[in-house]
Amino acid sequence: MKIAVPVKFVPDLVEELNIDPSGTALDTAWLRLIINEFDDHAVEQAILLKEKEGGQVTVITIESEGADDFLFAAAAKGTDQLIKLTGDFSHANNHGLARVYADILKELQPDLILTGVQAHNDLDGSVGPLLAEQLGLPYVGYVAGVSVMGDKVIARKEYSGGLVAEIEIKLPAVLGIQASEQPPRYIAYSKIRQVMGTAKIEEKTVAALDLSGGTTVSRMFQPEVAQRATMLEGGTDEVADKLVSIFKELGTL
Amino acid sequence: MEITLSPLEPSVSKTFLTSVLGLENGERIRTCLQCGTCSGVCPFGYIMKFPPGKMIGALRSEFFDQVIKSDSVWMCVSCNACSAFCPSNIPITAALMTRAKEEMLLAGNVPTELQSALENTQRYGNPLGESPRKRADWAIGLQPEVNLLAKTRQPVDVLWYVGDYASYHSRMQSATKALAKILNVLGIKFGILGPEEYSDGDSQRLAGERGLFEMMAQKNGQIFRRYKFNEIITTDPHAFNALKNEYPSLGVSYPVRHYTQFLYERIEQIKPLLKTEIKARIAYHDPCYLGRVNGIFDEPRNLLKAIPGVELVEMTHQRLNSLCCGGGGGGMWLDGFQWEKAHTRLSEWRVREAVAAGAEILAVGCPYEPPRFEDAIKTIQDAGQLKVREIAELLAQAMGL
Repeated sequence: MKIAVPVKFVPDLVEELNIDPSGTALDTAWLRLIINEFDDHAVEQAILLKEKEGGQVTVITIESEGADDFLFAAAAKGTDQLIKLTGDFSHANNHGLARVYADILKELQPDLILTGVQAHNDLDGSVGPLLAEQLGLPYVGYVAGVSVMGDKVIARKEYSGGLVAEIEIKLPAVLGIQASEQPPRYIAYSKIRQVMGTAKIEEKTVAALDLSGGTTVSRMFQPEVAQRATMLEGGTDEVADKLVSIFKELGTL
Repeated sequence: MEITLSPLEPSVSKTFLTSVLGLENGERIRTCLQCGTCSGVCPFGYIMKFPPGKMIGALRSEFFDQVIKSDSVWMCVSCNACSAFCPSNIPITAALMTRAKEEMLLAGNVPTELQSALENTQRYGNPLGESPRKRADWAIGLQPEVNLLAKTRQPVDVLWYVGDYASYHSRMQSATKALAKILNVLGIKFGILGPEEYSDGDSQRLAGERGLFEMMAQKNGQIFRRYKFNEIITTDPHAFNALKNEYPSLGVSYPVRHYTQFLYERIEQIKPLLKTEIKARIAYHDPCYLGRVNGIFDEPRNLLKAIPGVELVEMTHQRLNSLCCGGGGGGMWLDGFQWEKAHTRLSEWRVREAVAAGAEILAVGCPYEPPRFEDAIKTIQDAGQLKVREIAELLAQAMGL
């Protein structure tokens, strides 16, 4: 079975986020990028399936800070093919990304496409369904567990309230991974270093992105203090006292 | 003693033994008497399926694969008690336990909590997952301004390697500030690396991540080479241990001392400054990597004794026989895992000992300890009055800083 995992990088929230002077985008000066957590789970799920069923795993990402390190770590986990798309992604949105991923996936012809169900910077929908639309394939999201049955997979889709549905899907298909069956594994740094000497990252250049269908950001801003909110000032004890009296006033205590 | 090998398959035991024999003094493992001292002195030996002595037994009788399959080695806090009391001087912690953890790590048998600390170290250069840019934020507002070498590029006498927890942990930052103030009062020309400083990596190494440790050592080495200084002092005994005993073999070699040694050398200058009395019974907790591993027992005690009003008391476990706080060898990042196995924490045992010794203050010299002991105090009956103080905090208090 051929499994492909297109992944993307998102702003790392360990650094504070600032808005750039245009007021419509993040300031990239101190921005650090990190793999989208759900995509990391999608890679793990692909490796777990490969270990169980055999097959080949391809991880595809776009050029960004940390992309090579991530791909080498994925190789150390068991990924067979590493693809890095290069080009200008500075204004990329998910519509544009889905189109470039779709182009490469049409060439690769995988049986199963796994991708993170969402990312915290998805402004125009998540990549998975957009990708499925581009490829004309079925899509199931919020998946936390996949098993293969011949030319079908059973996906365990999570619903709110703790409900889980088992959904049978004919391959090829796209799944949006909520969580891998086991948490993403740790790879010793010495192993990653070894892989750096042997694994090859295939680079493919991408022409200008078609961003149509995406959103236009009219204003991006830090959370603003709403009028109804009251900020309590003072030391811990003082604040606690005020809080208690407010609760009493409201009749909750 | 020759090990009998299974002719059918390449033996896990044989490969493992060979790798241990190749380590410094590793061949001493052949002289094990199976006396069981190591397993007895190990604070978690009673809970391990394979305490150290049994691990060596398993190695000899060719079922070491069972040890690797079990997760008992993750109870090891690398406190070195086993090695300190081994009559055959086998480097149990440095060679056997650390190699076993490396094997576990390579096999992917890593508890999740530890995994995230290691991933954080790889990504951010510190196990706490904090922004490297904020590494010197503890110093904001201090007057005179702390000399950030990247900014001033001045040659200094002392490079202060502040370390992970002393830089980032909110409880530890007050102790870090206290030490900065003391160094200023003493007129020491010192500088820090701030955002350029990486984790010393020693606890990661003792948790089995040798490759990551080497990466940290190389990065720190590159930064050290950029600046001019005469010696390094550390807040953290683990950093002190790494710089003193491990970095030199990786080509990073500088004179290094723990801050308590550095301050004790200036005790005559310090004594007249200790004007505010601290009237308290103080028990001093020997950090494993200051005391047992590196033999520094007296300097911290003598610093405390110099404070007027202090009555130093000793706990049951002290000096060479000190009891680990539970934070070493990855223990800092295995709290949930170890709790699940033991339903107790070493820090809790230690706090009970301090209470039993009649201490009002538990004095420490390692940045892992204040948060660990203060958490323990909250769960131990009759420990509510016990305070935990870094030695630097007590000195600064006595100096009226």
